[in-house]
Amino acid sequence: MTEKNRFKTFSITLISVWLILLVLVPTLMVLAVSLMTSNTPGEISPVFTLNNYKAIRDPLFLQVLADSFEMAFVTTALCLLIGYPFAYNLSKYRGKFKSLLLVLIIIPFWTSSLIRTYAIIIIIKTNGVLNGALMALGIIDEPLRLMYTETAVLVGMVYSLLPFMILPLYAVLEKLDGKLIEAAKDLGAGRMRTFWHVVLPLSMPGVIAGSMLVFLPTLCLFYISDVLGGAKSLLIGNFIRNQFLLTRNWPMGAAASMILTVIMFVIIYIYYRSTKKTGGEAI
Amino acid sequence: MSSANDIVRLESISKSFGGHGVVHNLDLCIKDGEFVTLLGPSGCGKTTLLRIIAGLETQDYGRVFIGGKDVSIIPPNKREVNTVFQSYALFPHMTVYDNVAFGLKMSKVPKDEIKERVKEALDTVMLGNFADRMPQNLSGGQQQRVAIARAIVKRPKVLLLDEPLSALDFKLRKQMQTELKHIQRKLGITFVFVTHDQEEALSMSDRVVVMNEGVIQQDGSPKEVYENPKNMFVAKFVGEINVLQAVIEKTINGKLRANVEGRQCRLTKKHTYVEGDSVKLLLRPEDIRLEHIKDADSDYPLQGIIEETTYKGATLDSIVRLDSGTVIMASEFFDEDDPEFEYKTGEKVAVKWVDGWEVLLPDD
Repeated sequence: MTEKNRFKTFSITLISVWLILLVLVPTLMVLAVSLMTSNTPGEISPVFTLNNYKAIRDPLFLQVLADSFEMAFVTTALCLLIGYPFAYNLSKYRGKFKSLLLVLIIIPFWTSSLIRTYAIIIIIKTNGVLNGALMALGIIDEPLRLMYTETAVLVGMVYSLLPFMILPLYAVLEKLDGKLIEAAKDLGAGRMRTFWHVVLPLSMPGVIAGSMLVFLPTLCLFYISDVLGGAKSLLIGNFIRNQFLLTRNWPMGAAASMILTVIMFVIIYIYYRSTKKTGGEAI
Repeated sequence: MSSANDIVRLESISKSFGGHGVVHNLDLCIKDGEFVTLLGPSGCGKTTLLRIIAGLETQDYGRVFIGGKDVSIIPPNKREVNTVFQSYALFPHMTVYDNVAFGLKMSKVPKDEIKERVKEALDTVMLGNFADRMPQNLSGGQQQRVAIARAIVKRPKVLLLDEPLSALDFKLRKQMQTELKHIQRKLGITFVFVTHDQEEALSMSDRVVVMNEGVIQQDGSPKEVYENPKNMFVAKFVGEINVLQAVIEKTINGKLRANVEGRQCRLTKKHTYVEGDSVKLLLRPEDIRLEHIKDADSDYPLQGIIEETTYKGATLDSIVRLDSGTVIMASEFFDEDDPEFEYKTGEKVAVKWVDGWEVLLPDD
């Protein structure tokens, strides 16, 4: 065995052990708990049951699930609409501020996203920066009620997840051969059709990767809807958190977790298949 | 120079990038149906000029006419020219068929007609059976053909080719050169071809435009450019050439007697130089004839010593050091009647050339 091979084996083993201990085992534990019974809050008795999964058919839970998917969908769509033009222009920008612009996208990662979410409150609260500015400019007469609305949650989600959309899009667009755009123009395509027929199809791997990186976390980010949406907006992440920490019905929370995990696996599988087909190698 | 059947007319075009001038006040007319080659070393502005015709680059000054219409500020998608890119620039997410059909779809050609014309274009480049393939599954030569098919399918007024053969190996390049000429003759489309390969330029074109540092050095038929280079740049860039120093000593009816590398020579071609002019005498290696010297004291104008001979198959290339110290190269075809046609290293030979085939340029 050569030195290089030993290093390879070592690093692969390390990662495997890490993943088994910290991902696979906990997931299996959640699966096990989801199949157990809880008679009194905070207590789990090892009696096999499927009741936790049956409870999912409760219209209330289905509503939470539907709301979460709607929120994730709208967040992804907004991130795409805001992120794509930014990534496209950044990839075409040849000036000296290119790396500065890239750093500006990454800087927010240096601060805890929870703190950044609280920072949004300062901006959008009733006597906050935004309302103050709008009133001072005479655009509005009385403060807008933004806090504890779905809009506030949406703003928080888009703000937190936008970099995850921009970076994969940028990576794909940066590699896009400018000659292809020239060829499209040369063959009679205007700006819109060049974008539609050449740039967009070729950047699909980035669009899909970015959408995955935004859509999936949106389903789970419970603290954003907690902090900005208050008790009104209940997303699947909040539901699971509440089951564990408030209702203390661990098996119920575990069942909801498992369902979310399965849904994510399905989405990731679809993503995997789609990138295989287009031959893209996003990120 | 300009006339009614000019398909492309460039008027005092200038272009610079970041303060560095690439094309300087350049005029050029291209006739309908011509095969014109822009020839020059890299960085001479030939590709920029091509891109200005295509509209992919906007000139700083000057005007561009295509088919008599001023297109100076018309974007590339509205110009009746198409380009074959050096890197082919095939759309990787489309089949060969869709690549070729792209331009027609953009012009909203009816579906049935697209089908017919794509097939025709693919047949022209002999890729009839490859319509359903993806570009990345084709060889370099095949991708090249797709790029040509995609550009000719729209029947442009002018086809612009930006060093299209430079990525192909030698044999394929030769083959594509012939095929491109056939395609050009068959379609009757004007071709503007950019290359840095002088042999390619000479063998393919009706007209060669030699460029250097953004300025046209010479504009003429391949024969003119090769046999009568207008200046030292053209002489040295197009083919191999030997440069000898000469001073005109006497002129009789335009014929000259000159001191060439310290020896008296008679030049039979008519020239307009006058006595005392210092000139450069240029000779192509294949115009030089070497002779064995039999009598030691015979009076040959130029003499030299064989330094090296190289067998090239069809020719024998000899490097000769003249008595003056100048080194020249001669390239002679083998003579079938003379099986012993060879020179020994160190042998003294006479250097002659076909009367009147020399080129004289002012010495500056």
